[in-house]
Amino acid sequence: MIALIDYGAGNLTSVRKALTSLGADYDTPSSPQELARCSAMIVPGVGNFAATSALVGPWRDAIGAAVRSGTPLFGICLGMQWLFEGSDEAPEVPGLGVLPGRVTRLQGNAEARLKIPHVGWNGLSVPREPEGSALLGHRNFTGRLLSRLEPGAHVYFTHSYAAPVTADCVAATTHAETFAAVVERGNVFGVQFHPEKSSEAGLQIIRNFLDVARGPAVVERRAEAEC
Amino acid sequence: MLTKRIIACMDVRAGQVVKGVQFQQLRHAGDPAELAARYNVEGIDEVVILDITATLESRQALADTISAVARRIFLPLTVGGGIRSEDDAAAAVEAGADKVSLNTAALKNPALITTLARRYGSQAVIVAIDAKRRGDGFAVYVRSGTSDAARDAVEWAREAESRGAGEILLTSMDRDGTRSGFDCEMTAAVANAVNIPVIASGGAGGLEHFCDVFTRGHADAALAASIFHYADTSVSELKRYLRGRNIPVRI
Repeated sequence: MIALIDYGAGNLTSVRKALTSLGADYDTPSSPQELARCSAMIVPGVGNFAATSALVGPWRDAIGAAVRSGTPLFGICLGMQWLFEGSDEAPEVPGLGVLPGRVTRLQGNAEARLKIPHVGWNGLSVPREPEGSALLGHRNFTGRLLSRLEPGAHVYFTHSYAAPVTADCVAATTHAETFAAVVERGNVFGVQFHPEKSSEAGLQIIRNFLDVARGPAVVERRAEAEC
Repeated sequence: MLTKRIIACMDVRAGQVVKGVQFQQLRHAGDPAELAARYNVEGIDEVVILDITATLESRQALADTISAVARRIFLPLTVGGGIRSEDDAAAAVEAGADKVSLNTAALKNPALITTLARRYGSQAVIVAIDAKRRGDGFAVYVRSGTSDAARDAVEWAREAESRGAGEILLTSMDRDGTRSGFDCEMTAAVANAVNIPVIASGGAGGLEHFCDVFTRGHADAALAASIFHYADTSVSELKRYLRGRNIPVRI
C-alpha cells in the first residue's frame, strides 16, 4: 500500500487518477502512525511552501523515520521542494531535510520574456557534471526514476521556486537559470514538474516509482518475463 | 527551453462537443473524452472544456464530462463557462479540472480571483478576457460578448494579475470565428503589460497564424477550437510547422 499524503496543499484528484490508471494500490493515511506499514510514500502538493507547515511535527517525524527505515519517498512539485532543508518562500518552515540545499525563487528574464511563474512544457536534460568528473559526457539519464526516458523529454511545470542542481540532481531544466527538475538519492525521489499532467513521459515516471515501491524482486521478475 | 503551448478548446453542451467534429476515427464524434484522447495522441499541450450553456441543469453533466476527460488524458485541464462562485470552481476542481477560467464573474466580483488563488494557487486561476478594438484601446465585454464592461483589456489584465490570476486567456471578438488570424497587436499589448502567461484566442485559421501570434503577438500559448475539431489542421502538423520556423514546441 502506497501512502498518498494529503496535507491540504492543492487538489489531489489528478494524482489519484494517474495512480488509479496505472493500477497502483494507494490510500490517504489519516494518521502518521499508519506510515509504519506503507510500502512507499508520495508527497504531492502545489502552492506556497508555507502549506507544508501542516506536516511539521508528527507527520514530518513519521515520514523521516520511514525514509530512514528504507521506505521509498516520492515528492512531487511542492513535495519535492519539501525534501530539501527549506525554502525562501517560507523561511520559518523547515523542510524534511533529507536532501542538502535550499529552495530559492526563480529570477526569470524580462528582456528575454522568460516569465515567472514558469508555466508550461520544458525539457529535461542531463545535469552538467563538474570538470574532471568520471561522468563527464554521460549522455543518458542515470537513476531509477528516469528509466526509459531520454534527455529532451518534455514535462509540464508550474512553479516560481526551485531547488539547486546538486549531486542528487539526475535531470535539470533551464528557464533563465538551470534548476533541479528530478532528484534521486537512495530511496528518496522528487520531481519539480507534474508527472500526472505530463502525458506519456509523466506516466512513465510514475510507473518507474511504482516499480521502486514494489521492490526489487518484482522488477527483476518482470525483467525476466520481458526477456 | 520553455515551449509555446498549443491548447485545444472544446465547447460542450449537455456532455457533447458542439461545433461539429469530423474525426473519422472517432467512434463517438461528439464525445469530449474521445476527442481529448485523440488530441493527446496528436500532441496537444492542454485542453480547455468550455461549458457553453452553463445552466443549473447542465452542472452535473459538466462534472461528468470533466471526470470522463480527466480519466482519459493526463494533461493540464481547464474548465470555463459559467463559473460564478467558489462552489462552482470547487465542483470543477473536484471533478478533475486543474485550472478554472473566470470571465464575467471575475469582473463582477474581482475578489473571487483572490479567493480561488488562495484556495488552489494562482496556477489554477485563469482570467478570460473577451475584447474588441475601440479607438486606441481594447474594450472588454462580458456575458458571452453581449455586454460592454466599460474596462480596457490591458488595464483589466494588470488588475487580474495583481489579484492573483495565474494566466490570462485573451479572446479577440473581432477575429473570433473569422479564421483571419489572431489579433497580434492586442495580444502583444496585453502580453507586454503583465508578467503572467497570455493565451491568445480567436481567429486561428492557418498554420502561419500561430507563428504570427507567437512572434509578433508575444503569446505564451495559443488556443483554437474548430480548426482542430474539423481536422483541417492536425496538432502534430502544426507543431512540425512551428518547429521548422524555430518556435520551440513539444513534439
